[in-house]
Amino acid sequence: MIYRECGQFKTSYGSDQAIFPIPQDRWGVMLALLIAFMVIPAIANEYWLGVILTPFLILALAALGLNILTGYCGQLSLGSAAFMAVGAFAAYNFELRLPGIPLLLDFVLAGLVAAGVGIIFGIPSLRIKGFYLAVATLAAQFFIEWSLTKFGWFSNYSSSGVITAQKMVILGYDFDTPLRKYLLVLSIVSVLALMAKNLVRSETGRAWMAVRDMDVAAEVIGIRIMKTKLMAFAVSSFYCGVAGALWAFAYLGTVDAQTFDLHRSFQILFMIIVGGMGSILGSFIGAAFIVLMPIFINLSAHALFGNAIRPDLLSNMELIVFGGLIIFFLIVEPLGLARLWQIAKEKLRLWPFPH
Amino acid sequence: MTLKKVLVSCLGAAVLGGIVAGGGAVVAQSNEQFIPMLSYRVGPYAAGGTGIFGGFIDYINLLNERDGGINGVKITYEECETEYKPDRALECYERLKNSGPTGASMFNFVATPPVYATMDRTLEDKIPVVAIGYGPAYTADGRVFPYIFPLVTTYWSQNTAKIKFIALQEQCLAQYPDLEGKPDRAAQCFEHAKKGELQGDGLDKLKGKKIVNLYHDSGYGKETKPILDAQAEKYGFQVVYIPVPHPGNEQQSQWLQIRREKPDWVILRGWGVMNPTAITQAARIKFPADRIVGVWWSGAEEDVVPAGDAAIGFIAAALNPAGDQFPAIKQIEELLYSKGKGNMQDPSRVGSVYYNRGIIHGVLNTEAIRKAQEKFGNKPLTGEQVRWGLENLEITEARLKELGLEGVMSPIKISCADHEGGAPVRFHQWNGKQWVLVSDWIATDQSLVRPLVEKEAANYAKEKNLPIRDCSKES
Repeated sequence: MIYRECGQFKTSYGSDQAIFPIPQDRWGVMLALLIAFMVIPAIANEYWLGVILTPFLILALAALGLNILTGYCGQLSLGSAAFMAVGAFAAYNFELRLPGIPLLLDFVLAGLVAAGVGIIFGIPSLRIKGFYLAVATLAAQFFIEWSLTKFGWFSNYSSSGVITAQKMVILGYDFDTPLRKYLLVLSIVSVLALMAKNLVRSETGRAWMAVRDMDVAAEVIGIRIMKTKLMAFAVSSFYCGVAGALWAFAYLGTVDAQTFDLHRSFQILFMIIVGGMGSILGSFIGAAFIVLMPIFINLSAHALFGNAIRPDLLSNMELIVFGGLIIFFLIVEPLGLARLWQIAKEKLRLWPFPH
Repeated sequence: MTLKKVLVSCLGAAVLGGIVAGGGAVVAQSNEQFIPMLSYRVGPYAAGGTGIFGGFIDYINLLNERDGGINGVKITYEECETEYKPDRALECYERLKNSGPTGASMFNFVATPPVYATMDRTLEDKIPVVAIGYGPAYTADGRVFPYIFPLVTTYWSQNTAKIKFIALQEQCLAQYPDLEGKPDRAAQCFEHAKKGELQGDGLDKLKGKKIVNLYHDSGYGKETKPILDAQAEKYGFQVVYIPVPHPGNEQQSQWLQIRREKPDWVILRGWGVMNPTAITQAARIKFPADRIVGVWWSGAEEDVVPAGDAAIGFIAAALNPAGDQFPAIKQIEELLYSKGKGNMQDPSRVGSVYYNRGIIHGVLNTEAIRKAQEKFGNKPLTGEQVRWGLENLEITEARLKELGLEGVMSPIKISCADHEGGAPVRFHQWNGKQWVLVSDWIATDQSLVRPLVEKEAANYAKEKNLPIRDCSKES
């Protein structure tokens, strides 16, 4: 009833090929963007903008990057955090060594450097598959973390290896408050998410999915495996690289190589598993689950029990509840939370007359 | 289906509760001074977190219970679990910075990465960050970092004391060669030093010696490189840097390298699981434990007990001695633990190294508030006012005695230019059952540290375009 394509006729190629062919989807996305850009800045305080929503958006972008590689192209990777680190350190070094470089160009260059590194570490994917590839990408994780710590040049010979991100200024406008940072991150993430949505519908995206579903068959129908896989690594690392640069510049302010350790890679992988592989929306839902849920549990546990429970018990309980929730959702919906949304859409189609 | 519904609605309620708790500020009570507790009670560093925050909270509860707070102002606190992760710590920082009637008094992260992450924020929020015995050493220059207080002793200062301690051991061995290889060498040397029998400080004996710096490969671990290089040049010893990747439970190749290098001493800059692993590996290559000198984040019971007998003889720097013989800690046991109000789940850990470090956290935090009250009145103070208290903090021997904590730390004095205090360092040795002090307070070498601090701080100020305060104009 509410959500029905029935009766919506496509009369031009343009409308048939639109990113969101159904008006309900289109309006839904518009509404979400409107809320994110206008309503949230108006009602949220600095705490929400600065340390809840900004890191959520940045990690959602990283999850999106990994989802392109793993969800769409089927190449398992455990090096996402390392590519984030490359992005963060590249952005810092471009700002440092090319003073006055425009910030957005800086982020793009950082992403490109990460993409280049991603291609190099993607080469093994041409020969090895599945879990074995995951182990090979682990090499990226360790090698990059090691080299960023080992070679002082990357951190401008800082004695502790910690880099401090420069100020974010675009055309003389200083993005210094949590609100401004949030809006900048939101803009970048929205644009990149839209691009990803478009990309996965394009020839490239279809080639990725063909390789994911059966690479031999894909090769037979004329898809060049090497180009397709390396492209997926490049695009994925680009997204992770930009996310890393944002993590350093718009969120933490200071990072070192250990900020992007293996744990972070796992976290990003869990985001797409819980959120939904091969789904743009899933990356956001997964990031929301993994980033926000522990904080919600923490806040609500404090609100509910306060000082009634020993603090160490409370801390451990949070982890238990969080782990329990992951298992719960994976049992209820093994295909990820994004699948729940899809089911909801199916149901809305029939509502109120299910048959 | 019904079970699912119940679960979903429970989840919804929890999320809603979280939103309400996060959004709405806690209603302020008057006459209370709020200290946020960014503790970590789970994760790989929980042993340190539970001990330090346990001691910290117990000390605050002692003041509340015994004296009704500080000059009638009750101290309140709220815990926030950081899991020792910088992003969680930042979330806690933002969550708690406006709690209490006047906002947070100061933040104690007990972790180095969040100190870096909040260095710029403190200037805007006007809330001091107190880093007792950790954090970037160059923040000791209060002219550039008005809100950061790496109190007591920074890693650089500590490292100078460590080299002096090693020199003292060399001096002792030069005079009493038969002590070599004896299990009680350090204790014997301490006896000789107490009697004044050592002729000189031994710094000339360091020439040609080889010292391995085995460090946690992180910002924290790398921190002492500049000062070690400066000292190596000054005293003519050789330093070999060997990194251990996080978290540090794999050290076989590092210790093989140490065996090849045949160093005279090993400095262990470890944290958490890296420490017992290093000690066990040292025993495997038969490197004597009493020639390993650890940083004070390697010198707690939790670092040596897992290594078993291999740890006997291991020496580490002590920010504070262990033991519950101090009158204030006795009072904590009486007033809190006997009534079940103590914070430590395992009361036998009261008086352990980490616990006593928590007590020091409590003392320095509350004494700074007390000092600030002298100027601003006995009422809840803002972070800005507490900052003044920290900057003018002086803890004398007499004051420590009054507090019932004589000997738990050395007296310090903070000033506008010097946010550290440069307090001396003691060293203690693990005898298999407890930590025994094997040195007197050894002064740090500020003539070496301070120029480096000022240079790095000036670099930072230049990079960030920060003003440098003129301390003669501060009151």
